[in-house]
This record gives sequence, C-alpha cells and structure tokens, in this order.
Amino acid sequence: MKHAEGQVDFKVIGTTPERPDGIEKVTGRARFADDIHLPRMLFGKILRSPHAHAIIKGIDTSKALALPGVHGALTGEDFPQLESTVISHGGASTIDIKDLAENCIARDKALYDGHAVAAVVADNYHIAEQALELIEVDYEILTPVLEIEDALKDDAPVLHETFSPGGFILQTEKSHSNAGSFKLRLGDADRAFQNADHVLEETFQTRCVHQGYIEPHSVTVEWSHNHIMSVWTSTQGHFAIREQLAFILRHPLNKVKVTPMEIGGGFGGKDQVYIEPIAAMFAKNTGRPVKIAMSRADMLRGTGPSPGANIRVKLAAKKDGTLLGADLTLAYEAGAYPGGPVTSAALQATARYNIPDQQILGHDVLLNKPKMKQYRAPGGLPVNFAMESMLDILARKLELDPLEVRLTNAMVTGDRMITGIPCQKIGGKELLKAVRKHPHFTSHLTGRNPGRGLAYAMWFGAGMTSSAALTANPDGSVKLSVGTPDLSGTRMTLAMQAAETLGIPVSSISVSIPDTDSIAFSFMAVGSRTTHSTGLAVYEAAQQLLRRMTERAALYWDVDETDVTFSDGMFNNQKDSTLTLTFTEMAHLLEKLGGPITVQSSVTPKSNGAQLTAHLVDIDVDTETGKIEIQRYTAFQDVGKAIHPDYVSGQMQGGVAQGIGWALSEAYQYDEAGHLLNTTLLDYRMPTSLDLPDIETVILETPNPNHPFGVRGVGESSIMPPAGALANALYDAVGIRMTALPMTPGAVLEKLKKKQRGS
Amino acid sequence: MTDYTTRITTVINGQEEKFFCEPRESLLEILRDRLQLTGTKEGCNDGNCGACTVILDGVSVNSCCVLGVEAENATIETIEGLADGDRLHPLQQAFIRETALQCGYCTPGLIMAAKDLLAHEPLPSNERIRLWLANNLCRCTGYTRIIKAVAQAAKELHQKP
Repeated sequence: MKHAEGQVDFKVIGTTPERPDGIEKVTGRARFADDIHLPRMLFGKILRSPHAHAIIKGIDTSKALALPGVHGALTGEDFPQLESTVISHGGASTIDIKDLAENCIARDKALYDGHAVAAVVADNYHIAEQALELIEVDYEILTPVLEIEDALKDDAPVLHETFSPGGFILQTEKSHSNAGSFKLRLGDADRAFQNADHVLEETFQTRCVHQGYIEPHSVTVEWSHNHIMSVWTSTQGHFAIREQLAFILRHPLNKVKVTPMEIGGGFGGKDQVYIEPIAAMFAKNTGRPVKIAMSRADMLRGTGPSPGANIRVKLAAKKDGTLLGADLTLAYEAGAYPGGPVTSAALQATARYNIPDQQILGHDVLLNKPKMKQYRAPGGLPVNFAMESMLDILARKLELDPLEVRLTNAMVTGDRMITGIPCQKIGGKELLKAVRKHPHFTSHLTGRNPGRGLAYAMWFGAGMTSSAALTANPDGSVKLSVGTPDLSGTRMTLAMQAAETLGIPVSSISVSIPDTDSIAFSFMAVGSRTTHSTGLAVYEAAQQLLRRMTERAALYWDVDETDVTFSDGMFNNQKDSTLTLTFTEMAHLLEKLGGPITVQSSVTPKSNGAQLTAHLVDIDVDTETGKIEIQRYTAFQDVGKAIHPDYVSGQMQGGVAQGIGWALSEAYQYDEAGHLLNTTLLDYRMPTSLDLPDIETVILETPNPNHPFGVRGVGESSIMPPAGALANALYDAVGIRMTALPMTPGAVLEKLKKKQRGS
Repeated sequence: MTDYTTRITTVINGQEEKFFCEPRESLLEILRDRLQLTGTKEGCNDGNCGACTVILDGVSVNSCCVLGVEAENATIETIEGLADGDRLHPLQQAFIRETALQCGYCTPGLIMAAKDLLAHEPLPSNERIRLWLANNLCRCTGYTRIIKAVAQAAKELHQKP
C-alpha cells in the first residue's frame, strides 16, 4: 500500500459532490424502517415493567388475547431458554446472548423501569395498546440499586447471582456482587507521586444520557413457509442484527435475511436487537408480516443509553507543568447487564498526553437501569471532562497558559500509551499549535461575565471487517455495494474512493447497501470506521477490478497481461504506446469480451488511526440565572485526509452539538424507586437550534500511513471535549469549578451562591 | 371500531383526499398509514421534535398533535408536494447543497417548518431562523448548516419574481 504523503493530485478526493440520497431525503421518498407496509401486516406493542427491580411471579395474557383484533401475546417463557454464550460479531464487541435475549424480554426478573415483560400483536397499534392494559403481571417488588456507590457496597441488593463479566474491547473480572473490574498500568505511579512537585486530586460525576436519534426503532419481519426470516430494520449493522436474531431464536444464519433501511441516526445505539426477536416470533406464530415500532418513551426507558460515571483523577506534575504520573478510578454504570463502555473509556482516558507512570482501575457496575450502550466515542466524554478539567486546574495552579500545559505534555508519535503500545502516527502538537494560531484564540472576549475554555481529546476508532463489491458494466457505469449502513454520507465518501482509484467521475458510480444475503459479512457502521475501513475494502475491490479489466484489455489487444498497465485512468498497451483505453472505453468493450465484471473484497484492518481534536469555546454567564450562553465555538480536528470536507465538518459539528447537550442539559432523572422521570423530549432536553451557536470547524490533515488516501476515523472524537471546554470556560468566567454534569442553570447558580457565601 | 369512523374530506398537496378516520387517529397516522404519505416522519408522537411538521391551512403544525377528524375541509401541504415535478423547491436544493442533512430523518419536518417561516417572513435574520426552527430537533448536524441553508433559500426565493 502506498503512503499518502506527497500524493496531493487527487481528482475526486477532497471535492464536495452532492450526496446520492440527498434528493430522496429532501422529497420524503427515502425509505426508513417504519415506512415499510406489507400486505396483511400486523402491529406489535411491548408491555414494560413499571418497577426498577422485581421478580416476575406470573403473567396472565388471557384477557388481552380475548380482545377482538388481537392475534397473539408473548412473554419471556415463549422464547428458547438459552445458555450463557458470548458472541463477538467478529471480534470487537462481546455480548452474552442470554443477557441480550432477556434484555429484549425479561424471564424471571424485571431489572429496570421499562424492561420489556410481555408483548401483543393486533390489527393496529390502538388495539395492541388496549390489549397491553389487559395483561396482568404479578410482581414481587425488590429494592432497586440506582447509584454506583450503592451498587459497590457489600450489602447491596444483587441483580444477578452469576454473570459473565463484560468485555467491550477489554475483558473485566467479577470483583463485587454487582461489578466487574480491570486494571491498566504503565510504569510505577507510586514513584511519580513521590517525586512530584504538585499532586492534584479531584472527583467528577456524570449522568446517564441517550444517543437521541430522532428516528424511533422500527422493525418489520416476515416469516416464510420454508422458514426464511426476512427483516427490515433501522440499524448500524444488519449482520449484527442477523447474528443476534439467529442466536436468540436458534435459527440458522442462512435463513435470516436482514435488509438495512435508511437509518435516522444511530450514534452507537442501533446495533443491538430490542424489538426484532419479538416481531420475528409473532411473524412465525401468525404467519403474517409483523411490525413493531418504539415510542419515544419506549426508547428512553427501554434502549441502551450511555452510562453515568463516577471518576477520581489524581495527577503528579513538575513545577513546569510536566505530567509525571496519573492514577484514575473509573466507575461507570453497566446498567442491568455487564459490558458497558468503561473499558473503551479507560483505553483513551490519558491517551493524547505523554505520562510515563500511570494506572487506571475500572469498574463496570450493574444497577437497575437499562443495559448501557455505546454512544459516539463510547465512554469518552465523562473521563475527558474529568481529565481536561484537571489540566485546567493544574495550569491555573501553576499560573501557566492551559494550552501551553497541553503542548508540554502532548503525546507525539511513538510515546507509550497506558497499554505500553507506542502511539501510531499522529500530528498532536501541530493541532494544538493550530489552535494557538487561530484568530479565535486571541480574539477579545465580550459580555457581562465572559470566559474562554479549551479541551483536547484523542480517540481510537475501530478497524474490523468490511466488505465491498464492484461491478463494471458495459455502458461504462459502475455499481458499488457495501456492507456498512450509511449514517451520514458514507455512500458518497466510499464512491469517491472508488472513483479516485478507477480514474472515473464519481457520477459514474451508483452505491447501494444490500441485505445480508447479497453482500459479504461486514462489521457494524460504528467506531468512526466506515469511510476508513470500508474505504479500504472499496480500494481493494477497485484494484481487483482494474486487474480483471487489464486481463480483458490484454485479450482485446491480443498481448500478454503483463504488457498492459493502468495509470492515470488509462489502460496502456506496453507493446504499442499509441494504444490506450480509458476506463469507460474499456468498459464498453466488455459487452463482447465476457460481459460485466464483478469483484468483491473483504478486509480486516486493525485500527483506523487516532483522531485528535481540540475545542475552543467562549461563553457568557448570566449570574442571576446560572445560564451559560455559548458565544463562539471552534472545533479543530486532524482527520488524516478529508475525503469530502463538508461531511467531515458536518461530523465535527454534530459531535460538538451532542457534547454540548451532554455537558449542559441532558441527563436521565430517576425517582427513589427507580422510575425514569423524563421520558419525553420536552423533559429529556437535547439542544435546539436556539441553544447552539454557529459551530466553526478547522480541519488538519496528518495522513494515516495505513490507508491509501491517508484517511483517519472522523466521527467520534468531537463529542468528547465540549464538557471540559465549557467547564473550563465557566471557571475562566466566574471562578467556579463544576465537577458534575450536566451544568444546568440550577447547578451553576447553586455553585455561584456557594462561592458568594464563601463555602 | 368502524361504528365511530368519520368520513373526512381534505385537500392534500393540491389533490382532494377522502378518508375514513377513527376519532383517536392522529393526522400523522392518517398521512403515513392510511394515505401512504410516509415522507412525514414520527419522532416522538407528542409534539416535541417537529419531525412530523406539515402545513395545515397555511400554518405549520405537528401532525402528531392534530386529530385526523380535525382535518375536515382543511388544506394540507406535506413534503411530497413541495417539488414541482422534478424541479426541487429552493429549500430542498439548499438543504442538499449546504449539506444541511446527515441521516435526513428530521429533514422533511425542518423543510416544511422553514417553508412556513419564509411564507410569512421572506428574509428572516439567522437569529429569527434559529428561534423559528427551535421546534424541530436535529441530532446529526448541530444546526449550523441548516440555518445557512434556510437563509440561502430565503435569498433565492426573494430574488425570484
């Protein structure tokens, strides 16, 4: 594979063509999962536990079944009894299939408010809803565990007598009755604290938040006479859904066909089954297509949000701000089943700084909340908020510029991360220097109580398996098929990489994301991986296609294959330099030279290159209300190579917006019995257009040596810095240090009053 | 159930549409499930996300919060009626050109809300656009490009006769 450095004469990459799905989406023609209507379709609804922790002693569905228009009811007992078995979709994630099945519909115990306990299927949703009210469930209510510190106590109520400790990327081991734990260690942290000029310690707390995709989960399943299960759903990974469904229903993988519809946002929340097995079982039982869609309350209560966390950070530093050591404890909610993203949080907690001696203790804590899921840079924001606040505290203590402290400690290529692995090629200091040079950094602050804050982040996305297929047609058109759903414009970024490689305009390529029967296995569209890893598969497929066309050109010219080369978009006959063919001319000849050519490629890269991000924010604080008004926001990111700069910038802006929501207004609120209180989008408060400023973006390009065009993952890192940047800006503005999220007006006001009282 | 159904007559995107409707069915359900106009999206079904925005008698509404039976004799505009054949409305063009969408799920609602704004205020300031669109949640874009797209479409519409 050739290095991207020096390769600057791209024809397609770096341009901004219009997305193929754009016209479908602005006209309302794009087909999302809930837009499927099949003949004789039935509609399912789910009954959810009103208790956070309860034994299910019995469920009586007879009255519901007697309601006219109802065609069936299901409880956990109607599904296969599974043994604890861990699956991994090819390596990066581990899911205990028994936990997953019981998360879809409880068997013995309801483990959170909103846990599915029964389901009905009827002629329409209204009848199904009426039927739900007729189901009688006999619960024995247990004491719920709702806070991390309570769950870790020896006498805490126990969720599971036994459990498979979680293992999202890193494996944990059972350490408490409600937790699995792990340790990471580099060098000797004790030595660092003994030798330090300054030791700082602080604790931080963040709350559970939801990914907040606007499109509700929706699935339609049809079960044929020969037991082919056809599934249309909204997902980031149709192969993951296929595998999970096959295991839960004990059905052969080759009889499950999953078609990914247009997806209305995922952000890590849509690669796991919830309603799919229930719709499938109803489809099997009734012989009719069955659709189940979630309500917004179903989603907030019953799907996997991102965990809240308790974080302790201790730093050892020299007088000049050089970090010597770090000691962190990360306790993250796992929710009702193990395997939350505390592990991925730990792996990147300190990465971006060169800290020779450090250790991290992590806890994956079971409690009576939904099974926690990944959300854009899984687990990254809480610990980034903690670390970036600490860097600010250190800078202020030493009376140093916060940016200079970060520059002093910035990780550079080859520095050891906490795993002991040297950091792959990054452009760390260049990014911070770009912040320093930007007009925003030196601009004058305005407002009554203005402040400026900075935060820095690094994230490693996923490599994993991706597949692509390419067909050259005799009319000169090219068909590209890929196995990763398009969350944000990746059909175009992948087509652009194919066009660049084949030497054709991107308008010659049409892209689709076929069902699981029609393309080779691909890991989910997660971990910032699609443009990078599926891009690699596209590049490989394009190289294969060129080889196959070279063979046909050799046939046409009646020369040896070695006498035909492809360069600058032309097939060249080395025996006669006057004989050349463009890709399109060669494609036209295929009509009489064997017909269209289809090639396919599957690749499994190890990673997608580190993403570095720095954010600069200006705020104004209303000290009477506690409201933080964002005045200016600039996000800087090293993306390796921006295939489509507008989409890259759009990803950065979207991440910033989600990070701001997490920082300022979003949080799951529970009462003492464990009922989720804010189950609407009025009360679960995501940023509106009024809450955000124009978000400026600055793209840097330090090529990733492991990608032919230098691409790095892009999507995730931008969600992490907003909380730290805003907390640091708040300190700069009014001198209060927030150590808990969200920084709502009420929370800020309380802290301001405390400061005024001098406590 | 059919005992309670009412026959409703409306004009949707310039065409007369008649449908039977139960009192408990929302306009959103009627549009999507009965009339198969699935361009209008459901995001929350309680008036908090704006994905189901349509224009009812000249005013943008959350169609999840309007009952089907309330639409008697109403004139309704949905996203399906916005383009003139193959010619996209300037708002639709601007959303594509300015990359004002990623997943595109909130897009129909946003475009209909913006159309209502521009019908009443041809050249709104960016602040005014932000205020007006605060009823429509988007989780992908951070809104910056949406505001720009609406402002550009406004200019374009204003310049046209």
